[in-house]
Amino acid sequence: MSAKTTLPPPPEVELERYELRETPRYRFAFDRRGFLQSLGGGIAILLAARSALPAAAQAAQESGQAFERHPIPQAIDAWLHIAPSGAVTVFTGKVEVGQNIRTSLSQAVADELRVPMSAVTMVMGDTARVPFDMGTFGSRTTPQMGTELRRASAAARNVLLNLAAKRWGCGCDVLHAAGGAVHDPAKHRSLTYGELAQGELLAETIPAHEPTTPAAEWTVAGAPAPKVNGRDFVTGKHRYTPDLKLPGMLYGKVVRPSAFGATLVAADVSAVQAMPGVHVIRDGDFLGVAAPDLLTAERAAAAVKATWHAQPQISNAGLFGFLTAHARPGREGGVHSSEGDVAAALAAAPHRVEATYHIAYIQHCPLEPRAALAVWNGGRLTVWTGTQRPFGVQEQLAQAFRMPEADVRVLMPDTGSAYGGKHTGECAVEAARLARGAGKPVHLLWTREEEFTWAYFRPAGVIEIKAGVNPDGRLAAWEMHNYNSGPAALNTMYTVPHKLEEFHPVPNAPLRQGSYRSLAACANHFARESHMDDLAHAVGLDPLDFRLKNCAHPRLHDVYLAAAKQFNWQGRRKRPRHGFGLAGGIEKGGHVAACAEVRVEPDGEVRILRVVEAFDCGAIVNPNGLRNQIAGGLTMGIGGALYEAIEFADGKILNPTFARYRVPRFRDQPQIDVVLVNRKDEPSFGAGETPIVGLAPAVGNAIFDAIALRRRDLPMAPGGKLPLTA
Amino acid sequence: MARVTHLNVNGARRALDVDADAKLLWVLRDSLDLTGTKFGCGEGQCAACTVLLDGTPRHACLTRVGEVGDRQVTTIEGLEQNGRLHPVQAAFLEVEAMQCAYCTSGMILGTVAFLRRNPHPTDPEIVAAMDGHLCRCGTYDRILAAVKLAASRLDGSAA
Repeated sequence: MSAKTTLPPPPEVELERYELRETPRYRFAFDRRGFLQSLGGGIAILLAARSALPAAAQAAQESGQAFERHPIPQAIDAWLHIAPSGAVTVFTGKVEVGQNIRTSLSQAVADELRVPMSAVTMVMGDTARVPFDMGTFGSRTTPQMGTELRRASAAARNVLLNLAAKRWGCGCDVLHAAGGAVHDPAKHRSLTYGELAQGELLAETIPAHEPTTPAAEWTVAGAPAPKVNGRDFVTGKHRYTPDLKLPGMLYGKVVRPSAFGATLVAADVSAVQAMPGVHVIRDGDFLGVAAPDLLTAERAAAAVKATWHAQPQISNAGLFGFLTAHARPGREGGVHSSEGDVAAALAAAPHRVEATYHIAYIQHCPLEPRAALAVWNGGRLTVWTGTQRPFGVQEQLAQAFRMPEADVRVLMPDTGSAYGGKHTGECAVEAARLARGAGKPVHLLWTREEEFTWAYFRPAGVIEIKAGVNPDGRLAAWEMHNYNSGPAALNTMYTVPHKLEEFHPVPNAPLRQGSYRSLAACANHFARESHMDDLAHAVGLDPLDFRLKNCAHPRLHDVYLAAAKQFNWQGRRKRPRHGFGLAGGIEKGGHVAACAEVRVEPDGEVRILRVVEAFDCGAIVNPNGLRNQIAGGLTMGIGGALYEAIEFADGKILNPTFARYRVPRFRDQPQIDVVLVNRKDEPSFGAGETPIVGLAPAVGNAIFDAIALRRRDLPMAPGGKLPLTA
Repeated sequence: MARVTHLNVNGARRALDVDADAKLLWVLRDSLDLTGTKFGCGEGQCAACTVLLDGTPRHACLTRVGEVGDRQVTTIEGLEQNGRLHPVQAAFLEVEAMQCAYCTSGMILGTVAFLRRNPHPTDPEIVAAMDGHLCRCGTYDRILAAVKLAASRLDGSAA
């Protein structure tokens, strides 16, 4: 066994509010012994949860459960199986939504286990087959699950080395693992993993701190790897949830309320009763139909005459006033972060900038709308659905139908994106309700309008900043308040002796709100980095020099320099209507700096011509996938920066179509240069979120540079044009 | 109610029995189980449902099956020939011009039709031709690269 260093534990990342309220839970109902026996033979490695509670371990012992010589702990993060055929199967609750984690986790396993990637199969997000997992969000799959699967793989490799040593009667130290086999180079003999995995199942439970291979010695990881099952996506063979079918399946349609929160007063279904094969399901305020084909289901839903009672509700016009008026003081009543005496320092600062920023509600708009296929079998329920939290949806279903979670199975096919928008299971609950009412499997696919209306939104927000700077360009004071949009990345990454930063939640926000790619880090970075730009101008410093002067984080410093070099920031030349801006940040273990060049047309149209972004997320697992995530995040960020805003009034969404809600298209795409800063000496972090945060402020600062107009609202160019006459 | 009983899809004459008012998208997906053609918006704004009608790209979500007639429908499932990817499919795979890949079928069919019309496109011509296709993951730069790679490969061939 080779000596390996252990990676330091990743720093805690901040979760969204409702995720913080979610306490870790462990499943006891699942029959692990049965599962292990179902594997037949081979070698199974179970990885004890990093967060395993003593109580859980105790419960495991008391239950007397034991397999081979090890008790099976109840808190398992992942498991891995090596079959007598040599095939490696990994079971994890993480899911694939386009962030390419199926590929990069496969790389980590292949790398640590010393097998080719083709030998590895990932079973993901099937609640009946994988250990409990809170969900795929917060950019935590790479730092946590990636590390844990490496530990499980390292343990498996050690088991194999020991088995070979025993078989040959030699010591482990003369053996090495490579290419899916254990080799004894001195004696020119080898045993494949499959040969070593013959016979009865050998199950090993390993602690969470098995040493793993340092990034400098990676072979499969750290290099580009082709997307697993990539061919299935270019041939149309991959089945997303909307593509699944069951014999006898019906197509569902929900009759939607007239407004948010509306109650069902009456439903006249007489016109539907004449339609053959159509079921009408009413349960409280829920009303829906199921029919043998989609066209009939649509016609039936349209033929239902429902009377709804709705309350008057606020509209866009009153949104921001509402948020500041209804916010709670401080985070959950307390101060989030405070150092020094900010009031006195602000009063004494020779240069002060004070401003308010507004953030609109926006939608995730995953191209695959919410979908679910539900089937009841006796008292048991099985649902396929695209969700980032299969176990969360399992719990929601169990609660909705008042049944044990053990009787609910949720399966998650690789899904047509989520961006933080698919944490919940409303479509799964609806499909299951229709299926129970109809007594047949029901397939439900939301329309785009439903997706725009009934999915949750990225929170709108108001951000107030007061800041002071000394004549030497050093920050003197910083006070920042975020109303409703969220606490993620609220703390400044710059050095300030006196500061106060508070998040003020709004408990009764007008629209249903939840996670979104990077959470509030987009909003908070936009406000902070726009403000930093103002401060740089106030003291007459170059925006880059000003940031570096106030930055004590070496890795942020490095990405700023890397982006500026690639962009030729120092060599930028002022041209009419052209502007240059930059912005940076730290979030979820990632360090990011973006430079943007824009052109503002006389009518206010903004063209983003070029973006350079440097990104450091530690040791890079898959540079090809990473580049894709960074460029994708930047492109998605253009929408929130310039165009996207949900319009609403009286509990209705007024622009629930792509024709009226502009998202970035080919013509909006700037030239994007990605600079990867690979830190093999640092743990790997995720890249699905943080790359998005630099875009809006870099573009906003470039707009200011171009036409001296400071936009403090997201989106900055609603309707596609800057408001030139405010 | 008018019915449609035959459809020419991917080189085969397929028997079915559907309402002529049904949209081609759902007939392909639900009646013929050709689920590679995706629903994204139902309003012709995302082009995830793109199919070819006699080689011309159409939004299957807006196309009544009754108006298809004897025209040849090509879906993503019809591009592969004897287990060999179409050069446009191969280019998308090679460049990895996808993330969640839900838009990929429509992108590929849009590209196939476009390159037949314009085998030597400039970048602005590709952007203009593909602008109706939405990739919410934002992989436009790679799709552009894939279209160019496919164009270079198709150059001179009959595909």
